Amino acid sequence: MTAYPRWKIVLVAIVMLIGLLFASPNLFGQQSALQLAKDQSAVAEPDRIAIEKLLAEKGIPLAGSFIEQGRLTLRFATPADEKKAHEAISKAMPNKYTIALSSASRVPDWMRRFGLTPVKLGLDLRGGVYLVYQVDIQAAVKQELDRFNQDFRASLRNAHVPYEDVKVDYANNRVTVLFRDAANFAKGREAIESDNRSLNFDETTVGNAPALQLTLTPQQIKQREDYAVQQNIVILRNRLNSPELAVSEPQVARQGSDQIAIQLPGLQNSAEVKTILGKTATLEFHMVDETDNPYDAARTGQIPLGTKLYYTRHKRPVLLKRDIVVTGDQLTDASFQPNTQEGPAVSVSLDSRGAEKMLRNTEENIGHMMAVVFIDRSSTKNAAGAEVVHTKEEVINEATIRGVFSNSFQITGINPIEGRELALLLRAGGLAAPLSEIEERAIGPSLGQDNINKGVNAMVFGTLAAFVFMAIYYKLFGIIADVVLAANVILLTAMLSIVGAALTLPGIAAVVLTVGMAVDANILIYERIREEVRMGVSPRAAIAAGFERAFSAIADSNVTALIAGVVLWLFGSGAVRGFAVVLVLGIATSMFTSLMGSRALVQVIFGGRRKIDRLPI
Amino acid sequence: MEFFHKVTRFPFMHTRKVWYGLSAVLIVGSLLLVAVRGLNLGIDFTGGIVVETHFPDAPNIDRLRAALTSAHIPGAQVQQFGSPRDILVRLPPDQNVKSANIGVRIVDLFRPVDAGVTLQSTEVVGPQVGEELFIHGAWALAATLLLIMVYVLIRFTQKLAFGAILAVLHDPICVLGFFAATQMTFDLTAISAILAVIGYSLNDTVIVFDRVRERARNARKIGIAQVIDESINQTLSRTIMTKLVTLLVVVALLIFGGQTLHSFSAALVIGIVAGTYSSIYISSAIALDMGLRTDDLLERKMSKPEEVDGLP
Repeated sequence: MTAYPRWKIVLVAIVMLIGLLFASPNLFGQQSALQLAKDQSAVAEPDRIAIEKLLAEKGIPLAGSFIEQGRLTLRFATPADEKKAHEAISKAMPNKYTIALSSASRVPDWMRRFGLTPVKLGLDLRGGVYLVYQVDIQAAVKQELDRFNQDFRASLRNAHVPYEDVKVDYANNRVTVLFRDAANFAKGREAIESDNRSLNFDETTVGNAPALQLTLTPQQIKQREDYAVQQNIVILRNRLNSPELAVSEPQVARQGSDQIAIQLPGLQNSAEVKTILGKTATLEFHMVDETDNPYDAARTGQIPLGTKLYYTRHKRPVLLKRDIVVTGDQLTDASFQPNTQEGPAVSVSLDSRGAEKMLRNTEENIGHMMAVVFIDRSSTKNAAGAEVVHTKEEVINEATIRGVFSNSFQITGINPIEGRELALLLRAGGLAAPLSEIEERAIGPSLGQDNINKGVNAMVFGTLAAFVFMAIYYKLFGIIADVVLAANVILLTAMLSIVGAALTLPGIAAVVLTVGMAVDANILIYERIREEVRMGVSPRAAIAAGFERAFSAIADSNVTALIAGVVLWLFGSGAVRGFAVVLVLGIATSMFTSLMGSRALVQVIFGGRRKIDRLPI
Repeated sequence: MEFFHKVTRFPFMHTRKVWYGLSAVLIVGSLLLVAVRGLNLGIDFTGGIVVETHFPDAPNIDRLRAALTSAHIPGAQVQQFGSPRDILVRLPPDQNVKSANIGVRIVDLFRPVDAGVTLQSTEVVGPQVGEELFIHGAWALAATLLLIMVYVLIRFTQKLAFGAILAVLHDPICVLGFFAATQMTFDLTAISAILAVIGYSLNDTVIVFDRVRERARNARKIGIAQVIDESINQTLSRTIMTKLVTLLVVVALLIFGGQTLHSFSAALVIGIVAGTYSSIYISSAIALDMGLRTDDLLERKMSKPEEVDGLP
């Protein structure tokens, strides 16, 4: 037998050791855990120290703790400890953390520090809710055009340039500003362009008059659409991280060009999440019309010019001036303050534009009343499938402006529950484009456990059958093949742990299938060796020839399987991708173990012998 | 132990007309079945709602149906799923049924029938998603076939590649025929199984071709048909053994994997059997009838990259 280079044997041994190391965290079971997240920021080391101290004071034993992706996980030996800790933390630090009941691997914290973590389980194995939302990107582009419409009008107004009209053509993504004559056109163009330097305008004529035209380029449209999807992802993520929901490890990811997939492990009831996710809320600040009587307006339906009739939540009519002081999109932050001198309040911060407007407004209007209008939009589909948007406009707060303020102030006069939700919705802001739910999959925890059991059973029995068959049919070489197959499963597990891909039930099926296919490579080699032996070749030469000649066949056949796997990976979503990931990784590990691992093992077993009379094959 | 102690001498090429006939029957039959009976498409492709519930004891399905009808959830299919205690409710898409929390609502409706009922899973798929997944599936299938064709073309001669592709096309058609015949739910996992089968069943074809190419030098003496026959016979032991082991494993999946993996495992079993058959009986025969000559192989052999020696 041509000697197999020693370095290759060493390489195989090293790879296997690393594989064993990374696969080892999977040997630890699961235990009860609490997951803590902070509303706005990531949970950091000081939080952990404080909480560990608190638990120590209360005498609640902690099995371990770690911070991952801004979330603190506390492990407990028993569910009873978990419950006690939950109570202790929410009592001692109310509203500071979002606390979710969860489970975590028993892997010691020191292993975790070296990145040794168990394979993540997919939703079908651990239970949870999977949601897919469609982003209405056309609406996002429409919004952009509307914004240009308003901006151009504002620019012209500020520059005192008379204009005929501003028209928006949604079908062609175009905004056209109509002027009466060339002189106004020139002035208008200068005003608009100086406010919008990044845009390219065209000159055109409508009727006989000159007009300024902006047509969105495909790149601009694409950019706007991308922005809308990205922005919505950020908003959804924010909403999911709210203390009100207590979801552990929510995942929000873009799917395709205009969809958002959300995974909520461990969640049972999706109703609450969907209410929070589907809401669009915004705020408008208006001055109150103090001269007219709102009750008269409500009774007669005669609304004074320049005002609009609103109602408070107690159904009291209020007349507000139509001019908007500040809108919700100029709002940068909102937080709930349960205990202020004036009761529960929401602190609001504005951006510089909003702050400037607010400053000017409060300077001019000290002693007058300002109102906050809360506009909540939700949409449902009617029987015909058309979208029906429900808009609820409500004056949530009226207050006399007592002093001049700009970028931060408080909204008072709300109860704690409303305040909490208001802060959340304001902070998350309005969605950049409407969302509609197109897919939902919810898997109960018992089904998840059931799936795990079935998957494990299939894997154990399938692998066992293959092992026994190989050992009987190929004797010693069969046992070598079995060792190689086991090594393959270990490496595959390690790869999954390293890549961080979630294991799903189809993923387990792929592991089983990989075992079946990895057998293929071994059989190819052994059948080749048998053939060589039959032709009267010496055992050593037969082994060498078996491995060498089988190589091209193994490579060719694996490449075709790899092609199928990669295509699945690219096209698939959800369950299919879970299958494809494992299939592709499995093909890679099985090539390595059957070509290099198997060869190294044969070399170790037979290499030392001077003479091999008969091959145990 | 060895099943194939002596190299077999089956005259595959001589009898190829018989196998063509069998394949023709299989393909035409499958296509007819798909055309006439259609596929029982799963929720992944049709859209709709599927709610899975579990009862402590087998419930009366008629009472469950009545419960749904009385709550104005018409058009629901109520059926057993795996065992009599597992009940699946399927609703078509575009109904005036609000999907919000449908699972919880259905379980609440079932509670008067049996208080111990539990909600196992809920799936709501919008009709446009179904369409999209179907298109994705079709693209994936097309892309896989195309890429594999390109690969085989690069590695082997045109005629062999043609045989390989025809043999590979044969397999998914058989799987589709099986799904049409049994009316087993055809879902996304079944598509993944078909793709895996395409990649995998080409193995055998490739291995036979590899052997044919290796033995091409002998072809001048005994003729290409004889070389092909010998190559198939020589690799027959390996082909059968590997497929047997893989089948063993896949059957374990079919038995123990539960309902979720049922259509997946079934597609694999049928695909593997069809794939083994087609790569033994069909692929090389087509290459031969395409006019495969010794020269085709020898030229290729010389231009074949010398990679074997450099690798383990």
